[in-house]
Amino acid sequence: MHSASKPLHDLGVAELAASLRAGQVSAVEAAQHFLGRARSHESLGAFLAIDEEVTMNQARAADARLAAGTAGPLEGVPLAHKDIFVTKDLPSTAGSRMLEGYRSPFDATVVRKLADAGVVTLGKLNCDEFAMGSSNENSAYQPACNPWDLSRVPGGSSGGSAVAVAARLAPAATGTDTGGSIRQPASFCGITGIKPTYGRASRYGMIAFASSLDQAGPMARSAEDCALLLSNLCGPDPDRDSTSLDLPTEDFARSLNDSIDGLRIGIPKEFFGEGLSADVRTAVEGVLGEFEKMGARLVPISLPRTELSIPVYYIIAPAEASSNLSRFDGVKFGHRAKAFADLVDMYKKTRAEGFGDEVKRRIMIGTYVLSHGYYDAYYLQAQKIRRMIADDFQQAFKSCDLIAGPVAPTVAWKLGGHGNDPLADYLADIFTLPASLAGLPGMSVPAGFGDGAMPVGLQLIGNYFTESRLLNAAHRLQQATDFHSRKPEGV
Amino acid sequence: MSLTPDDIARIANLARLELHPDESERMLTQINGFFGIVEAMRAVDTTGVEPLAHPVAVIQDVALRLRADVASEPNQREANQRSAPAVERGLFLVPKVIE
Repeated sequence: MHSASKPLHDLGVAELAASLRAGQVSAVEAAQHFLGRARSHESLGAFLAIDEEVTMNQARAADARLAAGTAGPLEGVPLAHKDIFVTKDLPSTAGSRMLEGYRSPFDATVVRKLADAGVVTLGKLNCDEFAMGSSNENSAYQPACNPWDLSRVPGGSSGGSAVAVAARLAPAATGTDTGGSIRQPASFCGITGIKPTYGRASRYGMIAFASSLDQAGPMARSAEDCALLLSNLCGPDPDRDSTSLDLPTEDFARSLNDSIDGLRIGIPKEFFGEGLSADVRTAVEGVLGEFEKMGARLVPISLPRTELSIPVYYIIAPAEASSNLSRFDGVKFGHRAKAFADLVDMYKKTRAEGFGDEVKRRIMIGTYVLSHGYYDAYYLQAQKIRRMIADDFQQAFKSCDLIAGPVAPTVAWKLGGHGNDPLADYLADIFTLPASLAGLPGMSVPAGFGDGAMPVGLQLIGNYFTESRLLNAAHRLQQATDFHSRKPEGV
Repeated sequence: MSLTPDDIARIANLARLELHPDESERMLTQINGFFGIVEAMRAVDTTGVEPLAHPVAVIQDVALRLRADVASEPNQREANQRSAPAVERGLFLVPKVIE
């Protein structure tokens, strides 16, 4: 029935939703097509779970609603979820052995909201264990490969999500961003991703890593598609998430086409220092030039505590993680060690067997900085500097409307490239951590290619609640460039 | 400031993590390496600065909401216990703790 000129997997979310509404393609056809691609690209390591029966049942229900005229705005559009969101009908592992075979009794709010909008779930996507990592190599199940160069990492922690979208195994995916986990893999895989203001998306059913930082968001190929998805996954969740903001649902696509003539784009000098590799700088400066051609003005600004955001983040996030992950005790759900001497020994062996190296390291750091005698010197001190970092942004936004810079200092590195050096991973997060600590919305937008013909992402950071302005700037850039529609060879 | 093997053992016990000797050793080196970059943070003068927990509190008051104290969830004992490692007659089983 599908007769459009492009293959189905080259259609974006908006185009696919329109084709479904117009009856040019059915939800069953779309689901079958993408499931087939997921099967034939299994070696990329994008998916952790697929259940064709679950997907096809959802697709048939979507077709019925399309026929009955009760379709939601995204009716029949296939999408896959990062395996950090719990789902009733599919396993939920958070990329950890600890949750192997775990079945949630409920769906995460983000999953439910997208299902209410008509989305059909293709499966669960690979990620770093409990979202801790920036290369997807901390997945307990399998690494994922970057479709632009199979010997490189896709980034993380939402690595599987970025791979699935870049390789056209799904038109879009959900991700979560604690310190850059949507923006960095989007950048490494040449796709578009947005983390909204902290509190916009419900954290209910997102397996918790660092509760004061975790935020969900969409990953797709274009800003337009991200806007559509974001409008459908945000919204207050007063009974389920105490940190969810009481803000009405918004149409984030409303100002996509607005002119950006006169837009003031802040350029933080700390994002363009020695640590930035030359190829990334060239690509980022190239798209900044595109913005100038459209009438935007580049304004020099300073975010003086950019470097400090590394220790601050890596104190706060592990502290919260050590507390959140105390629930994995081998009693109520998840793994339990086979042999042990007593209750405490059961806890210790269960956790030793169930958690991977990076998770253990962060639990250790977090436990230490929260322990008696160290709390003030580390955790409290970090939270105070967190406020100073957030204040720096407010100062900067006095002279600009949004902030732009690189997402990461380099393009995607080789699998195993950071060896067994966790610090190398932490330091590479430098440009995404400040906005995370401040709870600001941030995006990654394809900005061209660097060394090894690998994608480079431009980071856009907005003030609180200005997602539609970020999406507007990104959309205008995507009207002027075609980086977001390029695809890896062989895909 | 550097952590010692004793610190690692004490923290691992608090965190309820069994660490093998080679794991402890690696952990010690890596965590001490990490605390090298934390020193810069400790040196910052934060006198008079309030700690920030909910980031949006930088620009507006954020009251963490409390839910009305009414039962809203149906009984789903079976679904909730479906993934438990050991259950008997609707109860979670743990090793004997009281002699």
